[in-house]
Amino acid sequence: MDMAELLEPFDRMLDAACPPAVVRAVEAAQGPSDAAAALWQEIAGSGFLDALVDEDHGGAGLSLGQIEPLIEALGARAVPLPVAETMVARALLARAGVTAPDGPIALASSAAQPVPCALVAGHALVDTGTKLLLCAMADLAPAATGVVHSLAARIGPAPQGTGLERPAGGLRPIAAVLRACLIAGAAARLCDMTTDHASQRVQFGKPIGRQQALQQMLAVMAEDMIACRIAAQLGAVQGIDVPLAVAATAKSTAAAAAARIAASAHAVHGAIGISEEYDLQLLSRRLHEWRMADGSEGYWNRLLGEARLGASEGSVDFVRGAIFV
Amino acid sequence: MFDTLTLAQLPPEDEALRPQVRAFLESELAGMPTDRRARSWQGFSAGFSRALGKAGLVGLTLPEAYGGRGMGPFARFVVVEELLSAGAPVAAHWIADRQSAPLLLNFGTEAQRQKHIPAICRGEQVFCIGMSEPGAGSDLAGVRTRAERTDKGWVVNGQKIWTTNAMHSDYMIALLRTSGTAADRQAGLSQLIIDLKAPGVTIRPIVDLTGDAHFAEVFFENVELGEDALVGQEGDGWNQVVAELAFERSGPERIYSSVVLLDAWIRHMQAAGRSDAAALVGRLTAELATLRAMSIACTARLALGESPVVEASIVKDRGTSFEQELPVVIADDLAAHPDEAVNEELYRTLMYVTHIAPSFSLRGGTREILRGIIARGMGLR
Repeated sequence: MDMAELLEPFDRMLDAACPPAVVRAVEAAQGPSDAAAALWQEIAGSGFLDALVDEDHGGAGLSLGQIEPLIEALGARAVPLPVAETMVARALLARAGVTAPDGPIALASSAAQPVPCALVAGHALVDTGTKLLLCAMADLAPAATGVVHSLAARIGPAPQGTGLERPAGGLRPIAAVLRACLIAGAAARLCDMTTDHASQRVQFGKPIGRQQALQQMLAVMAEDMIACRIAAQLGAVQGIDVPLAVAATAKSTAAAAAARIAASAHAVHGAIGISEEYDLQLLSRRLHEWRMADGSEGYWNRLLGEARLGASEGSVDFVRGAIFV
Repeated sequence: MFDTLTLAQLPPEDEALRPQVRAFLESELAGMPTDRRARSWQGFSAGFSRALGKAGLVGLTLPEAYGGRGMGPFARFVVVEELLSAGAPVAAHWIADRQSAPLLLNFGTEAQRQKHIPAICRGEQVFCIGMSEPGAGSDLAGVRTRAERTDKGWVVNGQKIWTTNAMHSDYMIALLRTSGTAADRQAGLSQLIIDLKAPGVTIRPIVDLTGDAHFAEVFFENVELGEDALVGQEGDGWNQVVAELAFERSGPERIYSSVVLLDAWIRHMQAAGRSDAAALVGRLTAELATLRAMSIACTARLALGESPVVEASIVKDRGTSFEQELPVVIADDLAAHPDEAVNEELYRTLMYVTHIAPSFSLRGGTREILRGIIARGMGLR
């Protein structure tokens, strides 16, 4: 299938349904709201939520690699609902023969740290360390973090729920790949916004983007953005059952770049980028949240490094065998 | 932004070359110490390049009619990846294979192609690239060395510097001023093939801080060349050079310069039985994998017949930063364990890469120039 045929209607749907004003309205409610319900209805109505569900179970049977641009599109708009997470959860549930509930499903790879979008999810797929449990969010007693505008929440222990077989590496590798894809999308949008701003903002009688110091910084930002995209694609191309070394590469690269990209975007924008009413913060706050969700670069680097140190071949052979298809 | 640079895969038919290259290298390089392998594409061995040519592994992307294999950029990627990760001494054919032969194929006359390309594919003709001059480094358009028309061809006067392997080369393809002055910048530049055995050519090797001499200065004093020395159209030199640099900047040679050191360090930690640097190893491994994917993505653009100048600059800038970071963090790790023995070969390898690493972001365009090219690609200049 030509992916442009998929992406174009998805982009159009998001442009109409999820402008920055809707992102702000959902964030302001910090819980169920008319804005969140309306946005979810649009997204669910588009038919994309079952993109990863195989055709025998009524889905589109697409691979994660094929829909990776869609997840970038979600990231680029800071969509304030767990859409990519729901796509993966529905595929896992279908595979286990469990009927998926309506509504957004968050992925909780750990109960120790805040789960993104938990305040606006109806359910969560929780990795208990021995199995996956599909739980109603209300049963997990989500507690807001107290961070302004954040939709993440701490969840309590999973008391009951529908049990699924846990993938070998648990939920964290696939969740980490989703974060990398979301980061890649936000990074691309931030690069565009920041380049536009540098071309328009005049100081010292010329656009600030004419200054070599800024050009060099923006060039590095573009390199980081492309590294995020390629690493995210490298992660997504191996599907939902992503090997640990692949997830580690995707998340390590994207997470490390996320912090730098957010910093550069703010540095170029100056004071306006800090203000609530300017859209930059919608994306830069997400970059930091996604960097930390499901393991930062430090977490994945350690696991990948242990795997590398346990292998006798050279680095290029290791990378070819463990990370590339 | 730069939307076409996306994940690509090495085609199986190109990947199929790998076992042959691997077997060839295992026999040719047996017993070669790590600190010599670390020289990689600075390492010069005429014998190695001829043997590689005999094995059919030089001129992969050149047409079969000229002695090549008629394969695409992906085939070259696979072979280069094998050569560099093993630390093969490839300098004797590197420049001819990567830049000179494609240049002659694109712009040269049939006679020039016949004279040079088959010999390049056999690993027998060594080329150097005459771009930099004392007054023209990053600002290459400031070239002053001049070729003037005579009734029999051309006469060349001037000087090139930092020319890699000039003293081992048979020919130089030189960027020369054929009209106007340095003030005319890119206009009036042409490329000519110079037989380095011609009277009036003087070559002086330049010893570098590692004790090697891979650079040279080359002086031209009334060097007479035939009509057939000119490559392509007179005045088209700048366009030719820009096309060539896209080849130079995009290959895997821009990510693997320090990989022999990386592997030696990992073997050291494995032998010492420690894993306290696992997070660092993981970070470097993730970066290597990402760079490899970026380099393959860039190769895919070449395979489509594009000239991905900006994309190649992106890969080279990030790749050389990685290559330069390796000796820094490895030195810190080894010396952070002052009571752990480090064998001499690893130590020499580390110090060689440490000392030569500044050149990684100079050769083929400095970091600052590359970032300027990227910024232009972003519409900022």
